[in-house]
Formats: sequence, structure tokens, C-alpha cells
Amino acid sequence: MIAPREPQAVGPVPTARSVIDFRSVSKRYSSGDIGLDSVTFSIDRGDFVFLVGSTGSGKSTVMRLLIKELEPTGGTIRVAGHDLGEITRKRIAYYRRNLGVVFQDFKLLPGRTVYDNVAYALQVTGGTRRDIRDKVPDILRLTGLSTKLHNYPDQLSGGEQQRVSIARAFVNHPPLLLADEPTGNLDPETSVDIMRLLYRINRTGTTVLVATHDQAMVDKMRRRVLELSEGRIVRDEATGLYTRDETTREFARRMRQPPTRPSGV
Amino acid sequence: MKLGFFLKEAMRSMRRSAAPSFAALATVLVTMLVLGVFIPIVQATNGAADSVRGRVEVDVYMNTNATAADDQRVEHELLGLPHVKSVQFVSKQQAYQQQSAQNEQAYQLLGSNPLPDTFHVIPDNPSNVLAVHSEIAGSGSGGSSSGGQGPIDSSIATVSNKQSDTQKILEVTNLVTITAAVLTVLLVLASILLIANTIRLSLYARRREVEVMKLVGATDWFIRVPFVIEGVIVGAAGALLAVAVLGVTKVAVLDPLASSWGLIAAPRTIGFTGLVIVLLAAGTLVSAVGSGLSLRRFLRV
Repeated sequence: MIAPREPQAVGPVPTARSVIDFRSVSKRYSSGDIGLDSVTFSIDRGDFVFLVGSTGSGKSTVMRLLIKELEPTGGTIRVAGHDLGEITRKRIAYYRRNLGVVFQDFKLLPGRTVYDNVAYALQVTGGTRRDIRDKVPDILRLTGLSTKLHNYPDQLSGGEQQRVSIARAFVNHPPLLLADEPTGNLDPETSVDIMRLLYRINRTGTTVLVATHDQAMVDKMRRRVLELSEGRIVRDEATGLYTRDETTREFARRMRQPPTRPSGV
Repeated sequence: MKLGFFLKEAMRSMRRSAAPSFAALATVLVTMLVLGVFIPIVQATNGAADSVRGRVEVDVYMNTNATAADDQRVEHELLGLPHVKSVQFVSKQQAYQQQSAQNEQAYQLLGSNPLPDTFHVIPDNPSNVLAVHSEIAGSGSGGSSSGGQGPIDSSIATVSNKQSDTQKILEVTNLVTITAAVLTVLLVLASILLIANTIRLSLYARRREVEVMKLVGATDWFIRVPFVIEGVIVGAAGALLAVAVLGVTKVAVLDPLASSWGLIAAPRTIGFTGLVIVLLAAGTLVSAVGSGLSLRRFLRV
């Protein structure tokens, strides 16, 4: 009998549940700037994790490493058990189909309607017309865009545009959703809506990683927070401080409350 | 489904960058026109040169007062020379009949027969034509039997070969071929570069789209295909227009002329169908190369 191959244990063994696993990952840009300096962390399946830090702390570097737009200069990155370093250039496209990506500037296509923008993600990955007819209305209902199907992006508010971009990212139901400053261009009230939508997606079992510098939002969300500073992890906390089973309604109510002040002031 | 998607993307992009697409189309059109005009011309001139070269021979013209005995003696002498394969005798009467058949009125005006008896001396090998010529004419240092300068027989008036004619035709042919080749190469290069530029602009206009495509996991070829289609459509449209222009020109200008101008009807030129196929293939190839060039350089996927 052939024994099942054991993964070589070096350092902390990632749990079977970990979706993202950074092992002493470094990224040094050719300009000499250090993007990441020996960063190690792992994120479990189904988690909702914030990545915070000031500009230049390495948040975006983490994101760009995860979508394999950049290659690390040291260490290994595993996503859902796959070593990213072993994915060949030709396989990157197929790897990215397992990710949903949301950006601060939405990256919508201006010449296409909301429906077409979302359908585009399916067309590009070889979805059939039937696929598109089935999935797009569903995802637009989930993101609350059912009435805006035939609008063009420039006819939508910022929050609505971000919803479209989330719909596009999630239409394939990827197991991992990355959001780089999703609320960076939005007002606080709209930001709550977007966070609520991300939380709803998280509750379907999708792991969500949000990079943001919106400290107030992060404090209110009470989720796990990874803080980066100058390319190093300086804080990793709040795991388990929240109840996992909070409904989106409860979540939204809590988010809209003013920050609780210590009594007796 | 997929082909439809690609076509729609290509058309969308062409509508958006109409001006550069039109410039590229016009260049392909001009290139294909030049190619379409030069292919038959080069073939016709080459055909003419070949037919002249095939008739390499030395013509020996007798004095007009030469007798039949002179003719027989000269024929015998000619056959005795080295490198001579055969000798064909054309009498004055035969020559007159041939010539007057071609240009009846002129020869009727002449009244009498000005033509001499002629021998067409055919060398065993076309490259020996000069040697045979100097043997007969005696002008070379070949040491002819008659000793001094001048033809081997006193009844020979002049000796000529078609070397100089051949030379002239070859020079013209070469000039035409080289001009056509240089012009075609330059125009093909211009077409490739303009199509590459069109695709580059199209890539630039659609960089957001390309970025989104990459993010949602489109494969490299999936991203490239619409751009290649765009280039090929531009190239094929240019070639089609060129074919249309050539077709109209052929019907309106060349066909009426063809009956009176021998060169056009030269049997060795390419048929119009063949030309259409060549042009369409060349136009498509040129544009595919152009788009490929641009995609390779500017599409980092």
C-alpha cells in the first residue's frame, strides 16, 4: 500500500481549513522598496478578515500577490492548498477564476450596462448563454441591483457601482473574495451597505479579505484584523470576539449605531 | 456563441477607433493594388524575356544578289562550324511572304522584295551563341579559315544575333521586377506597421477591459482573439476593396485593350481568380502579422 504523502511540516502547519496561508513571504520591488518583509499569517475558510495599515504598509502588495499579479521574492503563498509559485503563467487565468476581486475604483466597463458588466465575467470564462441567463439576475437580486439592469455605470451612484463590481466578482461564486479598499470612495452610510453586502456574501461560506484604512469601520465590525506596517504584521487580533452567527440584519443594526463610548465620561 | 462574442467585441472596438482602422485599411488597399498590378506585369515581362531567350540564334543575311549556288555553299560552311546544331534556310520569297502577311499594306507599297536570303543558325547551346557569331562574322580572334577580318564567305552581307535584344529585355525585366519587389516590400512593411499601430491604439482604448478580463480569469488567447479578428477584418476589407478596384479596372480598361495589345494577353500571366486569392491571402496574412506584433509587444497578460 502506498502511504498518503504527508505535507512537509516546516514551522506552523496550516490547518486543513486555511484558505490563505502566507509563510515568511517577502516582496522587494526592483526599485529597492520593501513591500512585504517576511510576513506569516493564515486565514481560515469562511473567515471575514480585515487587512489594515496606512498607505504603503503593504496591503496592496498582499492583494496583488494573492491575484498573482506579483511574484514574491521570498517565502511561499498557498491558496486553498495550492502553492502559488507552482502555478504556471498559463494557469494563472484558471487560478483567478477561483477568486473574486473588488477594487476601490470599481473597474467597471463604461460602455456596458450593469447586466452586461456582470455577464462579462461569465462570458470571459466561457459561460454559456444559459449560464448567463440563470446566474446574472440572481446575483443582481442579491446585490440589490434588480432595478438598475439596463443602466450604464455613469448613471449609478458610487455605492451602486461598487455593488455591480461585487456582483461581478461573486457571480461565479468563488470560494475567496478579495476587496481592496472597497469603501475608499464611498460615504460612511454607503460604506455600511457595502460591508453588509460583503458580510452577506461571507455568510454563504465565502472567505472574505478586505483591505482598508477605514479604522472606524474596522472597529465597529469586530472581525479579525491584521495590521501591516512597513511590510510587517504588527497586529493580529479580535479572532473570536464576534459571534459568527450574527444575521446581516443584526450586523447592519450594530454597524449603524454610534460608536459606544465608555460610560461615566 | 464564442465566435459571435469575439466578432461583436471586434466590431465594437473598430467602431470606437474608426480613424486608425481606416488608415490601416487604406494602406492595405494601396499595397494590394500595387501587388495586384505588378504581379501580372512582372509575369508578362518575364514571359517576353523568356521567349526572346528561347530564340537564341545567329541570323546570317546574304547579299541580295546571292545566287542559289552561293546559298548552298554558305549553308555547307555553316554546318561545318563547331557548336552549330542546325541551320534553317529562309529564302527571300519565304521571308517576303511572312513579312507581308504581318504588314500587308507596307509591303504592297514597296512593290519589290527588299529582303535577302537568310540562314537562322541555331547553336547547340544558347551560351555558345557568341562563339558561333564570331566564327561566322570573323570579327573575333578565333582565326577563321578566311584569314582576315570579315565573314567566312564573301556572299554574306551581315551577321547578327539577338544577344543585344535579349540583354535589353532582360535589363527591363530586372528593373521592373526589382522596382515591384522594393515597392511591395516597403508597402507591406507600412501595412504591417499601420495595422500594428491600429491594434496598439485599440489595446490602449480597451486597456480597462483587458485589465478586467485578466482579473476575472480570461485566458491569454481569449483576450487576444478579438484583437486579431479586428486586424484581420481590416486587412481582409482592404484586400477586398483592392480586388474590387482591380476588377473594375480590368473590365473597364484592360479587357478592351487586350485584343490590340499583345502583352496583356500574354498567356503566362496569372488568372484573375488566382490574383484575387493571392491578394486576399496576402492581405489577411499581413494584418495577422501586424496584430500579432502589437499583441506580443503591448499586451502583457
